Amino acid sequence: MAALARLTDPLSDLFWRRPRVLLVLLLAPPLLWLVVVYIGSLAALLVQSFFSIDEFTGLIKHEFTLKTYAELFRPANFDIVIRTTVMAAAVTIAAAIISFPIAYYAARYARGRMKAFFYLAVMLPLWSSYLVKVYAWKLILAKEGILTWAVDGIGASAVLNAILALPVIGGNSLSVSYIGTFLVFLYVWLPYMILPLQASLERVPQNLLEASDDLGASRRQTLRHVILPMAMPGMIAGSIFTFSLTLGDYIIPQIVGSSRNFIGQAVYAHQGTAGNIPLAAAFAVVPIVIMGFYLWVAKRKGAFDAL
Amino acid sequence: MPSDRASLGLKIAAFAGLLFLHLPILLIFVYAFTTEDRTYQWPPPGLTLKWFGVTWNRPDVWEALTLSLKVAAISTALALVLGTLCAAAVSRARFFGRETVSLLVILPIALPGIITGIALRSAFNLGGIPFSTLTIILGHATFCIVVVYNNAVARFRRISGPMLEASADLGANGFQTFRYIVLPNIGTALLAGGMLAFALSFDEVIVTTFTAGQQATLPIWMLEELVRPRQRPVTNVVAMMVVLVTFLPILGAYYLTRGGSETAGGGK
Repeated sequence: MAALARLTDPLSDLFWRRPRVLLVLLLAPPLLWLVVVYIGSLAALLVQSFFSIDEFTGLIKHEFTLKTYAELFRPANFDIVIRTTVMAAAVTIAAAIISFPIAYYAARYARGRMKAFFYLAVMLPLWSSYLVKVYAWKLILAKEGILTWAVDGIGASAVLNAILALPVIGGNSLSVSYIGTFLVFLYVWLPYMILPLQASLERVPQNLLEASDDLGASRRQTLRHVILPMAMPGMIAGSIFTFSLTLGDYIIPQIVGSSRNFIGQAVYAHQGTAGNIPLAAAFAVVPIVIMGFYLWVAKRKGAFDAL
Repeated sequence: MPSDRASLGLKIAAFAGLLFLHLPILLIFVYAFTTEDRTYQWPPPGLTLKWFGVTWNRPDVWEALTLSLKVAAISTALALVLGTLCAAAVSRARFFGRETVSLLVILPIALPGIITGIALRSAFNLGGIPFSTLTIILGHATFCIVVVYNNAVARFRRISGPMLEASADLGANGFQTFRYIVLPNIGTALLAGGMLAFALSFDEVIVTTFTAGQQATLPIWMLEELVRPRQRPVTNVVAMMVVLVTFLPILGAYYLTRGGSETAGGGK
């Protein structure tokens, strides 16, 4: 013990007299790791997106060009960007609508054990395996699966067939249509919307609602003019997750969906079999730019106070 | 006075939403027992325990499971060290670039996984590092840091200054204060953060597809089965087991941090 103290005392004194030394020692390992492994990788990615591929040899030309970015605007590639963005927006809006009652009930009415129940009921699906959740939906949406069975059971198969017959969003069965892709995205990212929304709703003071009531507002008016504006930062915080996660996912549309590509699939295909790393890198920059813009707007609306 | 009871419509919408979140996971449990082995037929034509035995005797499942556990354990250990150091620095001092440090920690999980994945892959390619278990671990540790960091930073804030001063007044040096005062206080937060990091790594697939060579972690094994189903009944059983295994750390982390303002898991 004494020997140990002889060793640690001077160090301890040093840290006390020069707190900066300790700070640097604490920060150095994690920062080195993140900067070398992560920022280094992002930089490598960014650099590659400014290279191009030689059309004849298929080799990467290591010189600066914007040609690869120009390729993003070719109709086939630009369609992918638009399709992914529209899907991300649709998923985000639907998630906000479905989350609201859950978050509102959990924040305003659930107390004690009920509150813990709601918390775990959102947390367990959030943390259960992503692939298992996608797999579950493959089971649900399969032609011989439970959804078709349930729809037949209530005699609504004509409705389902009519929906599947719709152009663009329909398909042979739900598991190979945009509707299917949309449902799986919605399911998998829903908890990411509920949690920040609930956090912002918890912060609506009770006396504000009473004041609104005293001033003669109906329930609907209170919701529209008091609660919704105060829930907005939480909703935007949640939408950052749902939007960003949908933009970057390549597994869900590959397993449940039509054969038309999303950004993530394009990145995966170009870096893998096609061997066009520059184009893959340029595609990967698209979600970064969209999210950068999105975050900038969100920050101006004060969404980060709710995270 | 606004009524203190929820309207019926709100109740129905809230509980319907929860059902939507849970029914698909429950369905996995039924499919693990089905006798049907070629389609996803519902309702199951019969129930059997046969597939549990078949899965138990599959070496590829065991190999994938072992690799996943190994990767998760090492990544969690690395993330625990790096995340705690970072949290200690950020919570004890105000310094130039403090906000940047928090942003840097959160970035690997805030950006879509595919970006983290392809960024790491192109960096490993440029650096001539062969893809192996090591590269998987490098990737996993990077995005696990944030989970530990979030839990630790919230707890560090609650350790009171006077307690540390009292320790110094009683003659403890910095290391003794850390060992006897700080560590017992942050212990459960670290345990919770570690459990969540483990669950996160155990389940990760998107970054892993980019950083793995020929090795298959359990999620990679599942992904292959999802894209090209060969062994549907075995996949059903593995899926059910994965759900059960990930529930344990989540429940554990919840009970460890319950009551604090920083209940774990909120920011996956």
